[in-house]
Amino acid sequence: MTQVDNTLNDIRRQGNATIVALSGEVDLHRTPAVHKTLVQACEQHPERLVVNLKDVSYMDSSGLGTLVEVFRRVNGYHGTLALCHLSTRVRSVFEITKLDRFFNIYATEEEALSA
Amino acid sequence: MSGMRVVPEESQKFVISVRQLAKLFADQQGRPVRVLDDITFDVYPGETLVVMGGSGCGKSTLLNCLIGELRPEEGGIFYQTRVMPQPINILDAREEQLNEVRKRFGILFQSGALFNSMTVAENIALPLKEHSYVDPSIIDIVVTLKLQQVHMLPHRDKMPAQLSGGQKKRAGLARATALDPEILFYDEPSAGLDPVTSAAIDELIIDLSKKLSVTSVVVTHEMDSAFRIADRMVMLDRGRVLRIGPRGEFERIRDTAPERLADEDERLIHQFLNGKTEGPLTDAAGMSEYEKWIVTG
Repeated sequence: MTQVDNTLNDIRRQGNATIVALSGEVDLHRTPAVHKTLVQACEQHPERLVVNLKDVSYMDSSGLGTLVEVFRRVNGYHGTLALCHLSTRVRSVFEITKLDRFFNIYATEEEALSA
Repeated sequence: MSGMRVVPEESQKFVISVRQLAKLFADQQGRPVRVLDDITFDVYPGETLVVMGGSGCGKSTLLNCLIGELRPEEGGIFYQTRVMPQPINILDAREEQLNEVRKRFGILFQSGALFNSMTVAENIALPLKEHSYVDPSIIDIVVTLKLQQVHMLPHRDKMPAQLSGGQKKRAGLARATALDPEILFYDEPSAGLDPVTSAAIDELIIDLSKKLSVTSVVVTHEMDSAFRIADRMVMLDRGRVLRIGPRGEFERIRDTAPERLADEDERLIHQFLNGKTEGPLTDAAGMSEYEKWIVTG
């Protein structure tokens, strides 16, 4: 596991996919670091970018905005962005903004990788 | 501050705890008048508390004390939030503590309180730019998300002068939620709105509360709206808390014939909730003054 900062648990490659596992509170103070990490992951143009939110306890609108920005980047090179392991609280943030209609959201990392 | 005990119960998990609050203003002769007196209540995480009462009962004064715009002469106002788990009395707080508390709440003012020199989008982006180092492209996305929530996306590049009253209010709500506050204060959110827009604002208040656990304090005169959104209600009368309780308790009082209610307080609340011209509210505040004038001049 590569400990980069307090919101990033792990980055690894699996086949044509890159998996980024985030943790803690993804808020105004931490989204700049999260954005930087995800942009770096996008630069390698993985076919599938999986963001695992299992250990994310809180996400605010700036966290959502970051994921939308990354969603556009991945779409730009015809890749797929997949999210998994959303807590009820984090899922609610997607629902209230209706972003759950646009994102590929899966219950587990295995599903996000194989869908 | 009085020598009375003004700290909240330690075991209680609150977001806001108001303790023995009193606010005094001077009357025309310079004599102190208690516009708020011995106000004590708690607001719990994720609930919507509606503050009601007739004109001049102290609702707006209370709201201004809660947001730190007015300084009460007595009592305490404690905040306890996700990022500040230790209660902070804003009346004793240092400036930087007060600023931290203020960052955790949003306020929807009656007029929307937008900056007229900025577009709607720039108004919403302002708090994000002031309080973070988030990339401008992400701020732009957050602005879009906030506008979409209040159905104002087609108006993002308009100036406030080009908006109707309802649109200004919705834009004001988008700005109030820009920093994802834990607490939202609403000052008459439905006033001057058509029924559809009013219901849409109510739905958003409910959504924010139920889905994101935002704690809301709503000052309103609009009873339909109040009963739609409230978890609990507090009725003020002449600067004092007349009753605080769950919405169901107020529904019972509203729907019970006055002669079957327990006391004068309940009859007063019944009159207010039903908008009746006759009852203890007007007897106390209006007719007796009139009668006194007729008799004594």
